[in-house]
Amino acid sequence: MDDLLTDFLTETNESLAELDVALITLERTPDDADTLSLIFRLVHTIKGTCGFLGLPRLEHVAHAAENVLGKLRDHTLSVNPAIVSQVLAALDRIKMIVAALGVSGAEPAGDDSPLIAALNAMAAGEAAAPAPEPVAPPAAVVEPPPPVAAAPPPVAVAPPPPPVEAPPPPPTIAREPAPMEDAAGPAAAPQQAAGQTIRVTVDVLEDLMTLVSELVLTRNQLLQLARGQDDSGFTVPLQRLSHITSELQEGVMKTRMQPIGNAWNKLPRLVRDLSQELHKKIELTMLGAETELDRQVLELIKDPLTHMVRNSGDHGLEAPADRRAAGKSETGRITLNAFHEGGHIILEISDDGRGLPVERIKAKAIANNLATEAELATMSDAQIQRFIFRAGFSTAAQVSAVSGRGVGMDVVKTNIEKIGGTIDLKSIPGQGTTFTIKIPLTLAIVSALIVEAGGERFAIPQLSVVELVRAQREGEQANGSESVIERINDTPVLRLRDRLLPLVSLNSLLSLGGEVRDERGAYIVVTQVGASLLGIIVDKVFDTEEIVVKPVAPILRHVTMFSGNTILGDGSVIMILDPNGIARGTGVAAGGDSKTAKSAMTDFARSSEKTAMLLFRAGGDQKMAVPLGLVARLEDVPRDKIEISCGNPVMQYRGKLMPLVPLSGVVDTERPRQPLLVFADKEHAMGLMVDEIVDVVEDRLEIELAGARPGLLGTAVIAGQAIDVLDTMYWLTQASQDWFQDARQEAQQRRSSLLIVEDSDFFRQLLGPTLGAAGFEVRTVAGAEDALRLRDAGAMFDAIVSDIEMPGMDGLEFARTVRSGGPWASLPMIALTAHTEPQQVEAGRDAGFTDYVTKFNRDSLVSSLRECLAEPVAA
Amino acid sequence: MTTDVLERPDVGDEVEQVFVTLTVADQLCGVPVLGVRDILGEQSITRIPLAPPEIAGSLNLRGRIVTAIDLRRRLNLPPPPEGHKRMSVVAEQGGELYALLVDQVSEVMSLKASTFERNPPTLASSWAAFSTGIYRLDGRLLVVLDVARLLDLSKEA
Repeated sequence: MDDLLTDFLTETNESLAELDVALITLERTPDDADTLSLIFRLVHTIKGTCGFLGLPRLEHVAHAAENVLGKLRDHTLSVNPAIVSQVLAALDRIKMIVAALGVSGAEPAGDDSPLIAALNAMAAGEAAAPAPEPVAPPAAVVEPPPPVAAAPPPVAVAPPPPPVEAPPPPPTIAREPAPMEDAAGPAAAPQQAAGQTIRVTVDVLEDLMTLVSELVLTRNQLLQLARGQDDSGFTVPLQRLSHITSELQEGVMKTRMQPIGNAWNKLPRLVRDLSQELHKKIELTMLGAETELDRQVLELIKDPLTHMVRNSGDHGLEAPADRRAAGKSETGRITLNAFHEGGHIILEISDDGRGLPVERIKAKAIANNLATEAELATMSDAQIQRFIFRAGFSTAAQVSAVSGRGVGMDVVKTNIEKIGGTIDLKSIPGQGTTFTIKIPLTLAIVSALIVEAGGERFAIPQLSVVELVRAQREGEQANGSESVIERINDTPVLRLRDRLLPLVSLNSLLSLGGEVRDERGAYIVVTQVGASLLGIIVDKVFDTEEIVVKPVAPILRHVTMFSGNTILGDGSVIMILDPNGIARGTGVAAGGDSKTAKSAMTDFARSSEKTAMLLFRAGGDQKMAVPLGLVARLEDVPRDKIEISCGNPVMQYRGKLMPLVPLSGVVDTERPRQPLLVFADKEHAMGLMVDEIVDVVEDRLEIELAGARPGLLGTAVIAGQAIDVLDTMYWLTQASQDWFQDARQEAQQRRSSLLIVEDSDFFRQLLGPTLGAAGFEVRTVAGAEDALRLRDAGAMFDAIVSDIEMPGMDGLEFARTVRSGGPWASLPMIALTAHTEPQQVEAGRDAGFTDYVTKFNRDSLVSSLRECLAEPVAA
Repeated sequence: MTTDVLERPDVGDEVEQVFVTLTVADQLCGVPVLGVRDILGEQSITRIPLAPPEIAGSLNLRGRIVTAIDLRRRLNLPPPPEGHKRMSVVAEQGGELYALLVDQVSEVMSLKASTFERNPPTLASSWAAFSTGIYRLDGRLLVVLDVARLLDLSKEA
């Protein structure tokens, strides 16, 4: 029998078993959307697959059943026993056909039209009156047909009107039905399919793997022991044991790994059939078929791959005529590419078709209530294209047998995320679409280079190693051909074939602290990270070893230098280096290097985290920046929308008047349109009028020069340029009230550390930089609970600034808790709030707050902080 | 203690808990026996660069990688004398195995609830944070360690 067919039978039998259970569950809980979509997907998969295997009978039944299920899913029909019975009947028919397939390799002859008609009627909404199904002529099963009534094995269809839980087919001989069902039903197919493969859960393999690893270790120990004693009686049996152990290990490894080509071998046929069905010319190219993949991962990506290739052919590629018109060759191309990259397996499925239609996706997203028009307007094309991953989304206007029910990409994404992978897409109109699936290496076996630095051993995945170079350490005279590590202001580099190779010392990168070896040589492992090369200096290079990557413990996840750890053949644990992480850690991949001119005083970026900055121009050529996180929206409004109220420009915005502030100080009335940065927080909103919005860049936000002039936090180096950073708080107060006084104090004190407790993202982002520029070291948390956790963890600050209104524990409660004991009991605490009524202030003081400051009032806050910190307050 | 238990075998109202006892910097401590997966002798431990200082490294326990946590450092105690062979108590947290590095693991004891007391309020916070209470033994005190909190490094990282 055809391999494909065998696979199909195994798979379908599993699906059918699952379906039976799921349908019964559905009958009990008709509102369970998850169960419903599970059923729908299973039936959809059966339909899809048999379409390509040329099993029309099966396909028609499945299609009809799917129609009914589709209606249920859309809530056009509601679940009732009659429908469930009807669908079960369809499943029984499918089972029967599948059983016959397993026996003879071909669909049995038979007529399903009454069943299909009943299903269609149901789909059309005539659920109440199911045309009493004439007992379908027994669809030629292998058994000699006994009395007609008993023939179609598990009959829920048969008994006329209310088809509720049919009693086992009528009188005849009481024992007859059971053996019948046994022979013709589920049993027959397994017999067939079970002959060749046994399905074993991966857990079993995993356990086996662990046991074998232990066995190997024990064997190694034994060998070590035996080596000391010649001629002992153990030598020969031990050798045998050793041999068998190795083979066993290999065998178990093999059970887990398969080339990805195994998942692809269905595809050429699928594409061929697809091209005939759709009258398109399609060429399928498959690259990297030998890339090895964990069996479990392979199983899980099989279906998604099938779906995606089908989609590419169906939606992606144009008809030959359209392609000719677009100046492309008539034959469309679908390319599959698999390769390892930086601890992941990357799978690319690309086509050179028309690309994803953004407008159609938008329309569909609105029609399906996935997003509003306004939301869509703010999204980039790439974001909009990602809607295709949402459940219930399909752009195909027609529901075809191939695809177009909106389960496809949804299923794909679910399956891939199940194995911890990600999926992304890139689409260029007219040029095609590329889907990139990234699957973590977690389960895969890789070959790794073992190196030593600072007395510790590490593994570097062989795939990212380009070459090994032996070099002299700096300061020594090169003897002959060996390269020498040179330094540019402490940065090591190496001349490698007329190029400068940036180097990083593993010893210093990982703070290993081991003495730099006195040996004269060092090894440089040249690794490829994305497009750039990086040399890693190590002390020694050992062998390569096959390793099974295991994830690191959760408490170590933040150390990005490692992609995992593993156990070597000698039983020791070793960390696996992630060249990507190393490159990120050293700024190789990041490109620009802005950290050289770091000023300690205003360096409030506690981590090297990057902030997205919006660059714009206002009043001159000088660019300015504001953290993107602070900007609520960007608007570009026509000039005539801007009105004047009390001499100040305002605008009607979302049903309210929004004050506008010209950043340059003058309102330019000439320009036809006015770009605005809109800042908003709960009830407050204001628009800042700028000349031009330039760009968004990601960089570390480090204010170099603080408080040059009002309205600016200071100057920062962003993307290699000196750029003024906007003091958002200043402009907010400009718009709402006039309480701002230009009494800036110098930041000359010792940097006191502050803890800011504030639930609003907006204020956290605002306060952090503002107080940072004022000379404080700032740590922000989103709630009182987080703050207390910090306290329990032993963190210490000089003062606490807390919001009053917060979800969960509020500020007053927080203050009382802090004051009640613990290391923070005597810290100054400043309350931050929008309300300043006397009784509120009183309540705050009672709870233990030292001072009370209104939000937005930066100077009061700063001076209050200075006061508090000058004279330590007792509780 | 144990003889005490034997003399009065069926005192129903005395709830007893069983502990694995261990010492760290000469202090007797105990962890509930049900939470202990394994007791290990001296192991070779691979250091993990850039990890928090409390993490001593990782070790191989029959094919599983176990993260070792140095109890002395976790409790802010001085390092052990040079060359001291340490033992570990293996416990599971969130599906992961962790080994607590201690100076010495001794016997398993069954302790009565009547000898249990809350932490004295004056107990140093580095201990109080990880202790659920104290048992009064003959001539010694046993600190009950809260393994879950000892292993919960993630929130402070």
